Amino acid sequence: MTPISYFMALSAILFAIGVAGVMIRRNVIVMFLSIELMLNAVNLAFVALGRRMGSMDGQVIVFFVITVAAAEAAVGLALIVAVFRNRETVNADELNLLRW
Amino acid sequence: MTIELLIGAIKAIVIVVLVLGLTTMMLWFERKGSALIQDRIGANRADIFGIGKRLGLPNFGFINTVLADPIKMFTKEDFVPDGADRALHALAPFLALFPVIITFAVAPMGDILRVGRYNIDLQPANLNVAALYVLATIGIGVYGIALGGWASNNRWAMLGAIRASAQMISYEIAMGLAIIAVVVTYGTLDLQAMCRIQGGVWFGWLPRWGILLQPVSFVMLLIAGMAESKRVPFDLPEGESELVAGYFTEYSGGKQAVFMMTDFAEVLLVAVLITTFFFGGWQVPWLYRDGFHFPGGAHLLMPNLIVALLEFVAFWVKVVIFSCFQILIRWTLPRLRYDQLMRLGWKGLVPLGLINLVVTAFVVVVAGDK
Amino acid sequence: MTMPPLVFAFLAALAIIASLGVILQRNPVHCVLSFALALTDIGVLFMGLGAVTVGFLQIVVYVGAIMILFLFVIWLLNIQADALKPRGNLGIKFAGAIGAAALAAELFVTFSSYPRMREIRTMPPDFGSIASVARMLFSDYLVAFEVTSLLLLAAIVGAIALARTTTGAASPALPVTVGGDAPAGAPVDAASSSIASGSPAREHA
Repeated sequence: MTPISYFMALSAILFAIGVAGVMIRRNVIVMFLSIELMLNAVNLAFVALGRRMGSMDGQVIVFFVITVAAAEAAVGLALIVAVFRNRETVNADELNLLRW
Repeated sequence: MTIELLIGAIKAIVIVVLVLGLTTMMLWFERKGSALIQDRIGANRADIFGIGKRLGLPNFGFINTVLADPIKMFTKEDFVPDGADRALHALAPFLALFPVIITFAVAPMGDILRVGRYNIDLQPANLNVAALYVLATIGIGVYGIALGGWASNNRWAMLGAIRASAQMISYEIAMGLAIIAVVVTYGTLDLQAMCRIQGGVWFGWLPRWGILLQPVSFVMLLIAGMAESKRVPFDLPEGESELVAGYFTEYSGGKQAVFMMTDFAEVLLVAVLITTFFFGGWQVPWLYRDGFHFPGGAHLLMPNLIVALLEFVAFWVKVVIFSCFQILIRWTLPRLRYDQLMRLGWKGLVPLGLINLVVTAFVVVVAGDK
Repeated sequence: MTMPPLVFAFLAALAIIASLGVILQRNPVHCVLSFALALTDIGVLFMGLGAVTVGFLQIVVYVGAIMILFLFVIWLLNIQADALKPRGNLGIKFAGAIGAAALAAELFVTFSSYPRMREIRTMPPDFGSIASVARMLFSDYLVAFEVTSLLLLAAIVGAIALARTTTGAASPALPVTVGGDAPAGAPVDAASSSIASGSPAREHA
């Protein structure tokens, strides 16, 4: 049977892939996806540790994270649509109005 | 252990063969039924070397659907449009069919069948969260349609795909609300357990079927299910007068046949869900594990094998009836407009479902443990 | 107790490959598809850990709804694949990649060598079932649950307010001409256009 630490290791790798995605990609939608990937890596760690400790709290927190992610996706995508209407780009480097 | 595996494999094969066979039957029924409704003759030519004609048999167009059509479909040129995403174009039909087929794994085809010392549960996969599983597979079903349209590099297909995904997501909510109300009523997510709860009678003669407890959910599930399977009057994603053929405009040959099969498999799936939730699943009125107990006191005791067989047949008969009912609706109603579709979904079914859910929950709490 | 190591190895490899697909493919639609695969995979991992309800919820909500929303937006905005030639600051990208690798190594080491916890061998029989999740939700986490519903309501309103176009002629239509006659040019140009198109919306709101 697989030890819980393997799940934690997988979670670490997925989180790092998410971080790398935010750093190396400039497409806002892909960056958004990478953030969601990080959320999921954390979810995996929650469930794995909850399993380890025999407690349901980890799963309930994952439930909340999924809900918040849904809200976040709705608002985030609406923001992307609004930005695209004004600037016609989804490249984060070109959205530089606030850069000094 | 080996025997259990073997039993599982047999159950899986039985359900897949039944579903695929019934899908073809539905196609035939649709062709001949629509011809009947529209006062046409329908397919009546295909024959094998004229044998049927020579024997003087009436031609019901059966060979047309079962043999001639598939052979034609699968030997046609498999055309991939220029600029299409080839891999996704090839993957999409199967991505559409696969979730529908695997959903049948939780179809409760009957109660316990005793063979020797084995008690075989006639549900292929006994999942205690089966209702959630159904929702999950239906949710995944959107991908095949959406990607088929996108990968074709065709504007009609793209429009069809966008319409399809918007429609399916919208009606998934109504469907989910209907299913949740049913789950609250029965207090379980297990489809097999739902069927068992629907056994027995009220007032000594009325079968305890779910339709009497949840009529609103039944109507909602029927409407939302038809919208999910993109049938007329909800066939805007493939509305041929507007979008050529919608999301499968650029499909031909075998892949198009797979999309067609998906449509009919979804019809069957909706029928399976309706049967399980509202019409007792495999329950036959007044049939118990040891045989019939008619209202009035008459008994007819039967061995387990015959009871199980009766239940199995009853389940599939109900499924076929509801599939045919959907096809009947398809050829009776005109297509909705897109704004009407969205209004029906969001302003009609969703509020109705929420009210129904609240009332159901209230009644369940007040009535306590039934 | 959890799942057979072979199954885990397969699922883990699939999750990593799919996640790499998310960040390395150029076409956003392919990225979303990879991510949907990764999410399904993680959902199955949840189920393998006994969290059956949460695993299915993950598939219903994430794969069935949120990812479709992403696809929808990509198609609505008609976003094409990124250019083959990498743009932007290469230094940042390298730093990011190296930083992410370092982070992965660090988390990996930390997680796989964390102090031994008391491991529970006997799970409660309804561990991860929908009833137990619901019992937690409506007792210990009731306040959080209610706040979440408010959050969802706010998100719905916010999303509609952000994404709707005002019906006036001044509001720019959805870009049918991507990269065509309206290039995202100099910042000044774009700034003025954004202000010009932003003001009527504010008046209406």
